Amino acid sequence: MTTPAGTAAIQVRNLVKRYAKSTTNAVDGVSFDVSPGEIFGLLGPNGAGKTTIIGTLTTFIRPTEGTSSIVGFDIVENPIDVKRRIAVVPQQSNLDRSLKVREILTFHAAYHGIPRGQREALADKLLGELGLGERKNEKVSRYSGGMAQRLMIARALMHAPDVLFLDEPTNNLDPQSRLFLWERIRSLNAEGLTILLTTHDMDEADKLCGRIAIMDHGKILVNDTPAELKKLIPGGSVLELRAWAPPSESVRVGAALLPALRAMPGVTKVDEAEPPAPPPEPGTLIYRVYADAANTLIGAAAQAVVSAGAEVRDVSVKQPTLEEVFIFLTGRHLR
Amino acid sequence: MSDRRTWLAVNAFVAMLRRDMVVTGREFVPFLMQALIQPLFLLFIFGKVLPGIGLAASNFAALMLPGIVALTGMIAAMQGVTLPLVLDLGFAREIDDRLLSPLPVWWVPLEKVLFAAVRGTIASSVIFPLGWWILGSGYQVRSDRLLMLLGMVILTALVGATIGLLMGTVIKPEQISLMFTLIFTPLLFTGCTYYPWGALRNIRWFQVVVLFNPLTYAAEGLRYSMVPQIGGREFPTLPLVWILIALCTSVVIMFVLGTRTFKKRVVT
Repeated sequence: MTTPAGTAAIQVRNLVKRYAKSTTNAVDGVSFDVSPGEIFGLLGPNGAGKTTIIGTLTTFIRPTEGTSSIVGFDIVENPIDVKRRIAVVPQQSNLDRSLKVREILTFHAAYHGIPRGQREALADKLLGELGLGERKNEKVSRYSGGMAQRLMIARALMHAPDVLFLDEPTNNLDPQSRLFLWERIRSLNAEGLTILLTTHDMDEADKLCGRIAIMDHGKILVNDTPAELKKLIPGGSVLELRAWAPPSESVRVGAALLPALRAMPGVTKVDEAEPPAPPPEPGTLIYRVYADAANTLIGAAAQAVVSAGAEVRDVSVKQPTLEEVFIFLTGRHLR
Repeated sequence: MSDRRTWLAVNAFVAMLRRDMVVTGREFVPFLMQALIQPLFLLFIFGKVLPGIGLAASNFAALMLPGIVALTGMIAAMQGVTLPLVLDLGFAREIDDRLLSPLPVWWVPLEKVLFAAVRGTIASSVIFPLGWWILGSGYQVRSDRLLMLLGMVILTALVGATIGLLMGTVIKPEQISLMFTLIFTPLLFTGCTYYPWGALRNIRWFQVVVLFNPLTYAAEGLRYSMVPQIGGREFPTLPLVWILIALCTSVVIMFVLGTRTFKKRVVT
């Protein structure tokens, strides 16, 4: 389908969604644009509001405030025009289990007014491409999770949408299916399809997306290319330090250690990190030291720990990844 | 809507009907069994066994057959919507594909209702050869009101389908078994299926209670269309006008309410 030049594929302005009986906004004043041909990622922990945004843009959730449009069509005013141009691959299978695999595709196309000859040919082509051609006359109940996922993607492509929504596309997939899917997403994008995907997998967001919006508590914290986001880490590198002191001593040790770490050369920020799951031994102190050249600080950091009267358990230098960006922005691990 | 949009919407609607036909066609024998086992036994016990052992008058079968046609059509239509919808809206979400089609959201329940009404009409129709086979000489149906009969069968199925829509959108998956006890059982026994309305005049309060059940009007309407004259006299039923008003009102109210709750369930 043709789109007027200069129209954003997705435009979201001050979107707010508050569910009935809720005291907080699931989506809290979100704005972003996605240009035609982009792969845009919404990255954030569960409950950040990613799925609610997809629900709103796909007309299943009515926004409380704000406006959004898909290729220029307002999602509230023109839901039918929006539906013609979008396709959705949800987190959980919603495949029509009463139909055979090939029929799922042909009926989907029929709902969208694709003529019979065209939809039958397209169904066979897509089933072949996605490696489902051999089992096209089975019921979907016999399909594995990965095959169901591929079938949902095939279904989404049957009516040649302009914008494809993928909600946690590789969640629960085995590594092989995940790589296959990444490959497909890239090649679909290369053919001009605009893709919005949600994920809580940093690696996935980094490898696939041209731009990423990091979300937490219904808000977009930052929205940029993966490379630019990584530059947000002050100084550009991170030293993670684990020390241990007897639990009765740990408060005193912490009070002495923190200023010592901050005083090291080139340090821009020191955070006390949230203990990861499973919880470490009682008395463990974890610090994240952001610095220009974290790798040069290993000795000084270890010395500071010992001087404060604690034991060094682990010192490591982290590469600037999106995971680090997320922790820097929220103080929490993503999972 | 512009012409192009209307064409797309109608096209999607027709494709959905075709999808339901394909699915039902594939399960036609189980569908018939589900719809017909109960009437088969009803016909046999009430139409053959009870009169045979002298516990019911011989013309009882002629009065009960319309009740069974009504009951079967209504239940078959309800089953065509309620259970699939409860599961779909509850967790399966298979309906999403149709909700994402280029047509107004309320056309989706409309399609469900129309197709379920077709199922109900088929189930009702099959009662006639079944009755003829089981009842033998007890099978007495007048043939001068066939058009009215067809209309009543379709209207009954629509009543069942729209009630099914409302129930399917209101009930949660975990409440299904409760639904059968709390809704089906009273519906079954207060619907003038096994007794004509006029015969209840000695139990006045009950005669009033059954008027709140749409099945009563369906059964009486089918009695009007099916029970032959006895000794040159028409069999007394509820007045035809009231029957038609009640059935049509029920269809409209149930559809409007059902569509409203449907929309609330699918667009939050």
